[in-house]
Amino acid sequence: MHIDLKTVKINPLRQTFANVADRLGGDKPASRYQEATLGLQPEANFHYRPTWDPGHELFDPSRTAIRMKDWYALKDPRQLYYGNWTMTRARQQDAMESNFDFVETRGLAATLPAELKSTALHLLLPLRHVAWGANMNNFSICAYGYGTAITAPSSFHAMDQLGIAQYLTRLGLLLAGPESLDIAKQAWLKQPEWQGLRHYVEDSFVLSDWFMLYVVQNFALDGLLYPLVYDRIVDDHLAMRNGSAVAMLTAFMTEWYGESAKWVDAQIKIAAAESPANRELLSEWTRTWRDRALSALVPVAAMALGEQAQAAADEVLGQFNSRAAKLGLSV
Amino acid sequence: MSNVFIAFQANEDSRPVIEAILEDNPNAVSSASPAMVKIDCKDRLVIRRESIESRIGRSFDLQEIQLSLITLTGHLDEDDDQLTLSWKQ
Repeated sequence: MHIDLKTVKINPLRQTFANVADRLGGDKPASRYQEATLGLQPEANFHYRPTWDPGHELFDPSRTAIRMKDWYALKDPRQLYYGNWTMTRARQQDAMESNFDFVETRGLAATLPAELKSTALHLLLPLRHVAWGANMNNFSICAYGYGTAITAPSSFHAMDQLGIAQYLTRLGLLLAGPESLDIAKQAWLKQPEWQGLRHYVEDSFVLSDWFMLYVVQNFALDGLLYPLVYDRIVDDHLAMRNGSAVAMLTAFMTEWYGESAKWVDAQIKIAAAESPANRELLSEWTRTWRDRALSALVPVAAMALGEQAQAAADEVLGQFNSRAAKLGLSV
Repeated sequence: MSNVFIAFQANEDSRPVIEAILEDNPNAVSSASPAMVKIDCKDRLVIRRESIESRIGRSFDLQEIQLSLITLTGHLDEDDDQLTLSWKQ
């Protein structure tokens, strides 16, 4: 018997969805990120205005003072959509599990100098409340924001912050046990060093302009907190004093901040480049909230760094200012 | 001199690689077959890590192309930043 094998090429009638093709400028093959982002924002046929906010449509670009001609311009340079976001985080979660495992099985928690362990617990555990605040704020940005390009990554960002709060909780459970979490909560509520930061976080909960909230939370606060706490204090100060085990347990935070800062930078840069009015607003928000965040963080950093806290904070501020200047803001 | 070529499975992972190659090598010609894209280029073809990274928005290890690579011809010169196919004289 004789069999002929032939290949038949079937060309798809369309390369991508019409809503994506509209924005790509033609029927071209689109990436998963583009297909999961472009043209997904509901724009029309909202029957009723929400009873809780009759001044706006359900999805309404005027909930912020920032104006964009095209909200899809706020693209994520990491090109995250739900699928690759979960895969990336799952990989990082595996690495963190083995870090926790390593610290636990080698008994590294017991070998930490007592004073250093207490510094780490006092400094890091109340930060789980800050991370939870960041979780709330990013979901708020997702809920009230406009344009899938920025709201979808905001919800990923919110879940990342929840993950960070959980890693901090596990760090407390591993190094000291459940009562350390209650002590940290009391410190967050009552200890004078934390009150500035708590005031900042609680004030951010009631901001109604979601893009302002984005600047307040993701740019001003996190842009100072992560370099100061995880870079200067944990990876540098504590690690040099035999505290590498702590740095292993916060490895995700350092890595995640490096990655997510690229997204935050891109959003601010694109919005600031859109118009002088946007640039003015973003600069003003950044200046106001940066100063507040920094003065709230100095007493917190002093718990680990003592008198050097102000110098470390000034150094972090210098880097933050040059970062902001690169994004086109006048700070 | 003659052509070098490289062929990839046509999928989501290989598309940015193919786009990067076509941009970096103006003489390259791609031809799509069912489930495969073959790229021919006269004398020399280069794949640059940076061009791929700028398309996918994350760091890329050039070894990742092996996951969708079907075949290639030419002498291979490879480091962390680029992979070059050429016929040495």
